[in-house]
Amino acid sequence: MNIIEKILAKASDRRDVNPGEIIEANIDKVMANDITAPLAVKAFKEMGGKKVWDKERIILVLDHLVPANRDRSAELHMLLRKFVREQKIKHFYDVGRGGVCHQIMMENHVKPGEVIVGGDSHTCTYGAIGSFATGIGSTEVASVFLTGKLWFKVPKTINIVIEGKLKQPSAPKDIILYIIGQFRADGATYMGIKFSGETIKDISVDGRMTLCNMVVEMGAKNGIIEPDDKTALYLKERGFTSPNFIKDDVDAKYYKTVYYDASEVEPMVACPFTVDNVKPVSEVDKVEIDQAVIGSCTNGRLEDLRLAAQIFRNKRVKEGVRVLIIPASQKVYMDAMNEGLLETFIKAGALICNPCCGPCYGGHLGLLAAEEVCISTTNRNFVGRMGHPKAKIYLASPATVASSALTGRISVPR
Amino acid sequence: MEICGKVLKYGSDINTDVIIPGQFLVLTNSEELAKHAMEGLDLEFHKKVKERKIIVAEKNFGCGSSREQAPIALKYAGVKCILAHSFARIFYRNAINVGLPVLECGEVVMKILEGDELYINPKTGLIKNISRDVEFNVNPVPDFLLEIMEVGLVKFIRERRKS
Ligand code: SF4
Repeated sequence: MNIIEKILAKASDRRDVNPGEIIEANIDKVMANDITAPLAVKAFKEMGGKKVWDKERIILVLDHLVPANRDRSAELHMLLRKFVREQKIKHFYDVGRGGVCHQIMMENHVKPGEVIVGGDSHTCTYGAIGSFATGIGSTEVASVFLTGKLWFKVPKTINIVIEGKLKQPSAPKDIILYIIGQFRADGATYMGIKFSGETIKDISVDGRMTLCNMVVEMGAKNGIIEPDDKTALYLKERGFTSPNFIKDDVDAKYYKTVYYDASEVEPMVACPFTVDNVKPVSEVDKVEIDQAVIGSCTNGRLEDLRLAAQIFRNKRVKEGVRVLIIPASQKVYMDAMNEGLLETFIKAGALICNPCCGPCYGGHLGLLAAEEVCISTTNRNFVGRMGHPKAKIYLASPATVASSALTGRISVPR
Repeated sequence: MEICGKVLKYGSDINTDVIIPGQFLVLTNSEELAKHAMEGLDLEFHKKVKERKIIVAEKNFGCGSSREQAPIALKYAGVKCILAHSFARIFYRNAINVGLPVLECGEVVMKILEGDELYINPKTGLIKNISRDVEFNVNPVPDFLLEIMEVGLVKFIRERRKS
């Protein structure tokens, strides 16, 4: 069996599982945020739920509407705080305590080999350290609150092997944009994606999160990377012990294997209005921008902020361009402060926002007017995703976004 | 379960952000959500759906976010069923869980046109295009999902817990 099949077999108490089979898995952890948890709480009550299955395995995070931008958001938060009190939920990240849900999960909760579901499509991020993690809707979150179990179809797995050295200034974001451009938006629907190869070994856990985060943009159920020394170190830094890592069997099978050469990946950008509309930055470098955003569950980590700060150091953002820097968590925020990155951003003329989803999904701060153009490190550029339906969003790496902020147009990082 | 109605057609990659834009995710009331259904894509949607209650779409319907508000908005706006070449997986599960029938049809959707009158039986996978007098057979919805699809996951679990 491959790593995905082995995790699912273990979670469903079976000796083995095969692609296409339906299994019922025991869920290790379930996460929901302030726009998916309220519906889940409502459904939980309507199901007749009195007590959650395990108050220590439920993680609730306020991130999409933080701090509350209007009365209705405040009400959603209030509803969740009440549920947390009633059910004595152990892990609740209120305003000022957390950040973007996926970052919080990776910093504090995810362990290799676990099965984790989340009321958010980018739950697939957690495969970066070898867990099976996937997004579900609110009613299913409620059913997990109640039973701790969920059915899955065992996915077919695509093995994406990446070899070759990533050339500066290309980053993991450029690799995943490139791959999505090749696969297209529905190229991996229902499937599991395993990333392997020499390049993956070189990439940090932060970068691996960027890769796994975006597999849902080609329809995949989950993304996963076999745990290794980097994973062990990541766990150790968080005070976790490394369990016996689950990896592929020697005779592991895949639905198919595809190969990419990282040394050929130049800085890429996903152009409006689909994530698979990917072009080299060099082909769109005349496009002028109004806003640049660095943040989100895709690229709001310390490594990303360091890269951006390097580019901003002793420079000023182009007049007329607004820059929003949004650390993905309180921890990232603090680390960035201690390293002096925040000072660099402020001196460059950027605005530092509180850890949250920000403008990423178009419901909170930093939104765009009609015809405005934004370049962003986030993960979706659909119509209306960041405010007005006539606004345009380009997705790129932190280096590309920072460089573009300096020149005022989409630019290859220098 | 049998469904009859006229067809409202859309293309490929209809994402959840256009089905229900992010700014409306603060709403928890299904009727209120329904008022904004498809707002990012088709401002005429509400007028059309009065007459045409079966959405027929091409590939990857419902791609993007896990927001269950998307199938809820469509259901309460009056959509009775969605046929698509293929669905994004979270949307597919969500639709079934909120009790909105969905059927994966492959190439067959190309032979169904705007305004056609259809008869659909999700249990057998039979689709009749009454306007054109042709029939198709697609993969039926598996039995255990059919049960959930008929009443929604909330009611399904509530009933099961009682018994
Ligand atoms: S940062 Fe964006 S993609 Fe990530 S969880 Fe928040 S809204 Fe979703």
